[in-house]
Amino acid sequence: MIVFDQVQKSYQVGGRAIPALHPTSMTIETGEVFGIVGHSGAGKSTLVRLINLLEPPTGGRILVDDENITDYDAAELRAFRRKVGMIFQHFNLLSSKTVADNIAFPMKLAGIYTRSEIRERVEELLARVSLSDHANKYPSQLSGGQKQRVGIARALACRPTILLCDEATSALDPQTTQSVLRLLADINRELGLTIVLITHEMDVVRRVCDRVAVMDAGEVVEMGAVSDVFLHPQHPTTRDFVFESESIDRDELQEDLQKANGRILRLTFRGESTYKPLLGSVARESGVDFSILSGRIDHIKDTPYGQLTLSLVGGDLDVAMNALEAADVHVEVVR
Amino acid sequence: MEALLSNVDWSEIGIASWDTLVMVGMSLLFSVLIGLPIGVLLFLFGKRQLLEQPAAYAVLSFVVNVLRSVPFIILLIVMIPFTVMLIGTSLGVAGAIPPLVAGGAPFFARLVETSLREVDRGIIEATQAMGANVRQIIFGALLPEALPGIIAGITVTAITLVSYAAMSGVIGGGGLGDLAIRFGYQRFQTDVMVITVALLVIFVQLLQMAGDRLVLYFSRK
Repeated sequence: MIVFDQVQKSYQVGGRAIPALHPTSMTIETGEVFGIVGHSGAGKSTLVRLINLLEPPTGGRILVDDENITDYDAAELRAFRRKVGMIFQHFNLLSSKTVADNIAFPMKLAGIYTRSEIRERVEELLARVSLSDHANKYPSQLSGGQKQRVGIARALACRPTILLCDEATSALDPQTTQSVLRLLADINRELGLTIVLITHEMDVVRRVCDRVAVMDAGEVVEMGAVSDVFLHPQHPTTRDFVFESESIDRDELQEDLQKANGRILRLTFRGESTYKPLLGSVARESGVDFSILSGRIDHIKDTPYGQLTLSLVGGDLDVAMNALEAADVHVEVVR
Repeated sequence: MEALLSNVDWSEIGIASWDTLVMVGMSLLFSVLIGLPIGVLLFLFGKRQLLEQPAAYAVLSFVVNVLRSVPFIILLIVMIPFTVMLIGTSLGVAGAIPPLVAGGAPFFARLVETSLREVDRGIIEATQAMGANVRQIIFGALLPEALPGIIAGITVTAITLVSYAAMSGVIGGGGLGDLAIRFGYQRFQTDVMVITVALLVIFVQLLQMAGDRLVLYFSRK
């Protein structure tokens, strides 16, 4: 468990303190995948670097498993960092070392493993990230996705309990992003590792995260379960991110809504209700006619969801809305 | 042809070539041994670096700049009392080495500093995040990553030392430079001058080729 207690960070620039993170309190539970989403400069990079103290806070306390890591001396901090893996946007592999030596590097630095222990662990990790055939290659001979897999294997070498991901998929193409995210999800499930992941893509959050914090101008503006934040965004920044990830143009949507007749409702289905043939039966029962203005059926982590914007004409609207709500559909009246 | 080179003393040229090799080799060795740690310190003390120390950086940087801004021919002369103190003579091959190191080490230190700065900051950050201490970051990550740049720096320094070593002939330093001045210049033996220059050109070419090969061998990018 990672607890932020009124943690803040500011930088001294020309004698003035520029805040990068306003006092923030939050808790990241053990074993969850916690996403931090925000535009560049929102402070998310700072936030994730506070967890392994690459950036020391200028105020507040950070507790990891009930230990105040901000009190650690240099040696304690180094020991703590071995239990926190980190992967990076640009991988940050050593170009002078082979894949196997890159993965072995943190274990060698730790100085507590025998040579055979290191060799065994490296082989195990290479297999884990499906790179056994590339052990003796240099990073420059690998593709972006393969480099990030090496990064992940390296981060796991000393069996950490926390994995920090700094825009780990931002330099990768969509397909590679998929496979890297799947690998992270597997690792989280199989090893029970806590993953803290920062990204500027809501899609990444939707695919792997359990909870998410949305950051804007050095502040956490919204936090909660991904399904809540994603389907019912409250803060304008969050809404921007959700719209962006669904590639909805807000002006276009407004135009479409203006052209539509009757009542406009936004229906949100979650879980099993996504698959029910609900709309047809509700339309028959209540006598309303509907047309779909926009919609999306997808998954949040493993849960299916659907979100439809409908315009409804004629019939008995109350009956329709009651029937929908009775079937566990969240109904929001847009107009 | 025989007539043209009749007054060339080949054994003299052989000795001078060997002397030049020894001067360059020894002064390169000491320049690297002294310049490398200075370069690493310059890098570490620099702005926003691992051991940021503005005062220490300023002092070190000043000393390096002073040594580098003195023309080598002047440095040769200025160093004479110091050289005598250090090894008992300012003449011959041995006497040339201290001024050569005084010229080569600060030059090499700057090249080391520059090649360390070229190492991606992300790699330092990643190594820190693994729980490495400063010593481990230097020897485990920084130096291996900067190795091709450092080897290129050694090559440039070696070539600079070849021309510095030739200059040391002026104060009686021995080697090909000394030969060129005594025979080629003072006795008007143009053929000796041409041969020494040709040998120096070949020497520099070989150094550059060897350096380039090593850089290529160690570059993994």
